Formats: sequence, C-alpha cells, structure tokens
Amino acid sequence: MTTRTLPRPITAPERSAADALVVAPGGTTRGRARGYPLRREGPAKLTGAAKYADDLVFPGAWYGATIRSTQARAKLVAIELDPDLDWSKVVVVTAADIPGENLVAAIKEDQPVLVPVGGEIRHHAEPVALIAAPDRETIRRLRAGIRLVTEALPPVFDPERSDHVFAEYEVQNGDLEVGFGAAAHVVEGEYRVGHQEQLYIENNAMIAVPGEDGGMAVHGSLQCPYYVHRALRKTLGLTAGQARVVQAETGGGFGGKEEYPSIIALHAALLARKAGRPVRMIYDRHEDIAATTKRHPAIIRHRTAVAADGTLLAQDIEIVMDGGAYCTLTPVVLSRGALHSGGPYRCPNVRIRARATRTNTPPNGAFRGFGAPQVEFAVETHLNRIAERLGLSPAELRRRNAYELGDTTPTGQVLRESVAAQEVLRLAVEAGDFELLRSATARAAAERLGSGEVPGGPFRSGGARTAPGIGLAMGWHGAGFTGSGEVHIGSVASVELTADGRVRVLIASTEMGQGTTTIFPLMVSGELGLPAQAVEMAPVDTAIVPDSGPTVASRTAMVVGGLCIEAARRLRAEVEARNDGRPFAEVYLADAAAHGPTRIDQRFEPYPDIDFDDTTYQGDAYPAFGWAACVATVDVDLDTGEVAVRDVVAVDDVGRVIHPILCEGQVEGGTLQAVGYATIEEIKLQDGRYLNDRLATYLIPTALDAPRLRTILVEAPFSGAPHGAKGVGELPMDVGAPAVVAAIHDAVGVWITELPATPERILAALEGPRGTQEPAA
Amino acid sequence: MTAIRFLVNGSPVEVDVPGMRRLLDVLREDLGLTGTKEGCGEGECGACSVLLDGQVVDSCLVPMSQVDGRIVRTVEGLALAARERGTLDTLQEAFLELGAAQCGICTPGMLMAARAYLDAGGGPDHDAIREGIAGNLCRCTGYQKIVEAIAAVAAGDVA
Repeated sequence: MTTRTLPRPITAPERSAADALVVAPGGTTRGRARGYPLRREGPAKLTGAAKYADDLVFPGAWYGATIRSTQARAKLVAIELDPDLDWSKVVVVTAADIPGENLVAAIKEDQPVLVPVGGEIRHHAEPVALIAAPDRETIRRLRAGIRLVTEALPPVFDPERSDHVFAEYEVQNGDLEVGFGAAAHVVEGEYRVGHQEQLYIENNAMIAVPGEDGGMAVHGSLQCPYYVHRALRKTLGLTAGQARVVQAETGGGFGGKEEYPSIIALHAALLARKAGRPVRMIYDRHEDIAATTKRHPAIIRHRTAVAADGTLLAQDIEIVMDGGAYCTLTPVVLSRGALHSGGPYRCPNVRIRARATRTNTPPNGAFRGFGAPQVEFAVETHLNRIAERLGLSPAELRRRNAYELGDTTPTGQVLRESVAAQEVLRLAVEAGDFELLRSATARAAAERLGSGEVPGGPFRSGGARTAPGIGLAMGWHGAGFTGSGEVHIGSVASVELTADGRVRVLIASTEMGQGTTTIFPLMVSGELGLPAQAVEMAPVDTAIVPDSGPTVASRTAMVVGGLCIEAARRLRAEVEARNDGRPFAEVYLADAAAHGPTRIDQRFEPYPDIDFDDTTYQGDAYPAFGWAACVATVDVDLDTGEVAVRDVVAVDDVGRVIHPILCEGQVEGGTLQAVGYATIEEIKLQDGRYLNDRLATYLIPTALDAPRLRTILVEAPFSGAPHGAKGVGELPMDVGAPAVVAAIHDAVGVWITELPATPERILAALEGPRGTQEPAA
Repeated sequence: MTAIRFLVNGSPVEVDVPGMRRLLDVLREDLGLTGTKEGCGEGECGACSVLLDGQVVDSCLVPMSQVDGRIVRTVEGLALAARERGTLDTLQEAFLELGAAQCGICTPGMLMAARAYLDAGGGPDHDAIREGIAGNLCRCTGYQKIVEAIAAVAAGDVA
C-alpha cells in the first residue's frame, strides 16, 4: 500500500502536464487556488450572475402549486372544486390527467405521481392535485377551494410494527456461537437515530416548458438528469427525444435532489401540458421540509463478544430502518447500511440482519452517507462503550481491531489493497492530541466529582459551568455503488475534440457545489498535456450529454472521472497516431481542422477481480473503501445540557486528491453536517406530520455553532481507477456524530444512544441511574 | 400602489408597488437583480441579505414602505468598480481563491454580511467573524473557508 499523507496546509505546484495527478510541494500564485485552478463557475456565483432555477425567466410562464393531504392515511373518495369560485382562469390537474403511468419511476414503482380518486393516501403532505395560474395571488385564493373528501384509515408509525417490508438482508460470516462461547465480555446496546433534513439552501425548483412536438423540457435544480428524463418518459408517455432535462445551477443537493426532483418535474410538466405554457414549480422552505425526503430513521441493536484483550470475536447486529410511505431508494440505503454496520473492524463471526419497513410518514430517501451514518454512529458508540468496559483507550481498542491489508469483511471480501484504517486512526490520534487531552478531561471530571457540593445547578460543582470532553470515532465508506450497481448502469462519459478545435467533456454528472466542473477539466487536461482552462464542460442537458449515471454515491470523481481519463487517453492516442506520434497539445488544432471532430465514448467496464453476488450478499461489496477517523472536543454546559463542539480533526483517505481545496471543502462540509446530526438536527412528528417543518424550528449549525475544522487528507489509491480516486463526498458524514457523542460521554459520563444528543436527552441521562455511567477514566 | 424612490447599487430607481411588497421581490422580479436569493422567506437563512444604508438586512423581511429614500446594495453592486476592470473585488477574490463558495446559493448573502462586517471595521479574529456571519446559513462549507477568506481580507492578505 502506498499511503501518503498531505498535512494542511498543502502548497501545490502548477500541475505538470505530464503527471497531472501528483501532489507535490510548490508555490502559490494569485488567481489560483493554492496552485490549483479556481472554481470554474465561481466568478458567476460570486457576482450573482449564476442562474439557479428560480432565476430563469420564461415569458408567459404560470406558477404551479401542489395540493397535499393533511392526513397520514386515508382513502381518497373525491376531489371537489368550490362551485362558487371561478376556475376558468386556472388549470387544475388530478391523476385523471396523467397520460402515461401514474407512477414515479424508481426501484419498486409504488409511488403515485398524484393519489387517484379511490386510491389510498399514505402520508401527510402527499400530492393529490395540482393548480397553476398566471399569478401567485390567484393560486392563494383558489387553492383553498379544492377540497379533498377522504375516509380516514388507521396509520402505522412504528417501523418495528409495520408488516410491509420494503427490503430485508442477512449477511453471515463464521459462527456466532463460537464467538460468544469464547467471549470474556459480552456487550449489548441499542441505538436510535431520527430523521435528518438535507437542507440545501436552495429549495427544490423545476420549470416545465412544453414543446411544439408534444415534447417537454424541464429546467431545474437536480442531481440526476437521467432519473428525471426516465420519469418524464414513463408518466407523460414521451419518447427519449421528446423528453429533455436541463440542469440549472444547483444550490446544494446532498442526496435530497437525487430521486425527489422526478416527482416535482412531473407535477410541473403535467400542469404545463394542460396549460399549454411553461409552469414554474418552486417550493418554499416550508413545503420543501414538509414534503420531501429525509435521512432514514433507524434502530440498531448490537450484541458483541470480546476477548479479554479487546479482540472482537463476534458481532450480532440487527437494523430496522423506517422507509416512510413509499419505497424510493430504501432497499439500496438499507443495503449500504447493512454492509457498513460492523464498522472497519476485523471480526471472524458476524451476523447482520437488516430490514426496512413502510410507515405512514413522508418517504425517506437519499442523504449523504446513504445508510452508513446511522449504522456507523451505532457501531462506533458501541465500540467506545466496549473500550470503557475493558478500561482500554478507545484508540487502543481500535488499533487492535481495525482492518489491515489481507483481512476479510463479513461478506467474505478480502481487502487486497488500499486499506488505510490504521493510518487514519494514527493521524487523527496524533493531530487531535487525543491521549493527552483525554487525560486532561479525565482530571477535570475527577475534580468536579471530588468537590462534593453542587452550587448553582444540579450537575455543577466547583466553579466550572462547563465540562470539557474529547471523543474519537473512525469509519469506512464503500467507494461508488454497492455490489454490481455500476455494472448494471453501464455509464457512458465522453471526451470530444470538436471540428473547431475545442476539447469538451460530455457528462450528465452535475455540479451542485462539490466541484465537478472544476475537477473534470483538471483530470482530462492532464492526460492531454493541455492547461485545464483549455478543456470545456458541455452543458448538462440530456439533449447533449450521454448518461454518465446519477451524481450520487461519491462516484463522480472516482467512476466518471476514471471514464473521462480513459477517454482522454484514447483521444490522445488516436490523434497522436495520425500525426506521426507528435504530442496531442502540438497537433490537436491542426488535427481538428484536417479530420473534423473526434469523439470518444467511454463505457464503464467492470473493475477487474471485483465480484459480488446480490442474492447471497457474499463477495466484493465495494471495489474499495475510503477510511476516516475523527477527533472532536466539546464543552457540555452543566446547567443547560447544551453541547458546544469546539474542534474537530478529520482525517480522510480519499484514494487520490484531485483538487485539495475542493476536497477539503467536502470534508469540512460533511463534518459539520455530521455535527448537526449529532447535536441539534431533529424532526419531531405528530400523527405522521413533521411538526418543525420550517427553518425557524428545524435548526442547522450556524457559523457560531460550527467547530474549528482541521482536515488531513490521506491517499491510499485504488488500482481499479486510473487516477486512484475513491470519492470523498460521503465519507466525512459517517464519523463526526459518534466522535461528538463520545466527547459528550468523556465530559459528563453519560452515553447518549439516541441522536441528536439534545440538551433534553443529556439532562435526562444525567438525572437517570448513574450506576454504569461513571466518567471515563 | 405607492411610488417609492431609492438607490440600488448607486443607480436611482422608482417603483410603483404596494407598500408591503417585499424588497426581495422588487429586487428579483421587478428589477431583475436575481443575485439576491430566497432560502426561507422568514429571516432565518440570510440568503437574501442586502445592505440597507450600509446595514445588513434580510430583504425577505423588509417591506418596500421602509425603503423609500434609502440606499440598497446587493451582490451585483459589490464589485461595481472592480467589474468595470473585468475583475472581482477583494472579498470575492478571497472567497474564490480560498474555496469559500461551493454551491453558491448562500454566497451573495454571505458576501453582503461579510462586507458589512468589514466596513464596520471588523478585524481578522475568527470568533468575531463568526459572530458577524451568524445570520447567514451555509450547508456546504462548514464555514471554515468562509471565515478564513474574510479573515484574509481583514488582515490585508488579499490585496
């Protein structure tokens, strides 16, 4: 394994054309980002010139709105329009207006575009009818005149009591009885996590524009143009050529604009079709939180056999995820959850049982991490409790169990390369001063306990109002799609030398802030011996770019980047071959003039020696894994139970760093989302309705809530990708929450086993039985 | 309808709108200044931040009746002088070079809050900067690089 660590600050050179992917020390120049190209669409974003969906102007466009259920479960008996109102100036769409299938294209296709009369409403805020009008005031006035006649049905809210199973998996390796038979300790624990809202700052937005040929173009905020394209074809009965999807500048996605934009696009398109004019379907924040997908809540139970020296002997893990009312991507989220639930640790005897069920709550879907943050919070907190039980440092327990080269995962996957678990652990412990600070917080805790009297507050003693704590967690994240997902999709990415001598990258992979439009020119130009600015990105428009797959699963840099590098290599070889072997950079302009355009379409080929059996859940679940470790320090307010997260050191192995500033940006942003998940982000439900469905009540961290973030990037390249990249988007989301919860325990001596660790939960835990909750030694 | 006169980015403007129409809507829909964004419509996210007589305000909470005779500055006016030279101003340059903008939707509001902080004499102290931008939510960056960019400008590291 070649692991190289890149401590901050990195100074990088101008990339040499011959070896574009080597990061080496060098100077920084103005007009560059630490020696690397500036974010390509940055100037447009910084001057306000960038056009997001709601900034686009379509003359004559009407405004659209969605009429939603106000019950969690009911039979839809009728939709009535108030006869005293004038409906002639608006259009109203119901399920009866759908020309194709009344189903949103997805895995199981159980979700209607609109609930039909006679059909079943399955969740609060479910779309039932649509209205469009020339102005918002008319919509406001008339929407109240659309009445839903329903008969209530008994709802199900507890995922463990639901009898409708969306997906179920069992992973087995070794023999649990052998493991538990040899145990010196058996540790059990139950962990719970709630919903989390993606909370991109740009709400969902789609504008549908009907074409003269009966086709439909949709412009919008989205991650996956071809998902929306497929949905339009299916529900509107369009041909591939009649459906067109164009991505507008997109103000964040985080998974929240993976599958849900399909239904919004369909709603806009149905209205546009009936109105015969463009229709703008722009969600406000309240609607976006109330109706769109969240991270899956989960209940995770661990029973673990441990030897006296801390060696893991057996893990018995049960996962129940709440899918919400429709299947969406739940089977794939659950699958990733199951496969990550043991954590990055060697264990000879493992059983993982996972199931996801249906409840009468709005459907849950994709969110950065995709099932892994839930289970990794559980296993990391469980491991920290095992360390406490054994009187071992959490770092030492991990050193004894973390995967090394040659180890085997629960699916029987032998880790043959690119294993940096020990490396990220070592770096995080060192950079975070973990052991030193841990002994300091232990001394502080001992002094508080020793002082006896507790003036000023029930848990306070001495003069200190806050208690400091430090916590450690580590994690892993399977790179790219699970199992044979990539083989099934068969993505295509293209690099083209145009007739007028421009080099263009054609991909459907979207820019939503993570840096797609900056890193692709960098990767491709390096292969061609050109400066990055000589490579253009084609607009993300299904009429122009091939289907390079969805922008999800941290697969863009790794998989699509790999395809573009291969395409660029073929383009270079082809052009150089017909020009006497002279370098591409010297001859491409003349070559284009002489030979016209040359386009290379690169289709995904399975990674060599990677094989997974989707039916038995045995084999190589992922082509490679990214590895991460995180040290967090907190202050817990002893009067209020509030947690201030002070510093986080995040160490992430991403295979290969393509652009250090953008890469760090992914780690920093993902880490803060994990801190929010750990501390303040919570959805409260009543009768299946989200109670805090506004930004005033669903809180995310502000700059004052955010810790100082320090990032260390590690490179353990994956040989299956030409550049070695393993992706970075999701990995940091997996480790932050358990590190914060461990730090809270270190500060005040209680384990918070249900996220988020709100002041209420912390105070309740402090008031509870203290028997097993002495402060960490 | 009321005739309301004010200055936007140095240019005089007169609009004839209901007094309760939001400044945000006048900027975006009547004047075509779509650089100012709407994130929540209730003053929580700061994406619609503009400067009103030099003070940072959420333009979704400002009725036009309060704007008569006043000076409004938006992201489009941040680099008026610099834009004539075809460049960004120092603050925008720092955001670009240090990686402080990702998806970009909070960026216009964040820049206006940062501008107000710097114009008020704010220095490079990170805690003070965090206080200055606490009304502006960002979901992409973790704020680290935003704070560093503003600190670099305050310290004169970006000329």
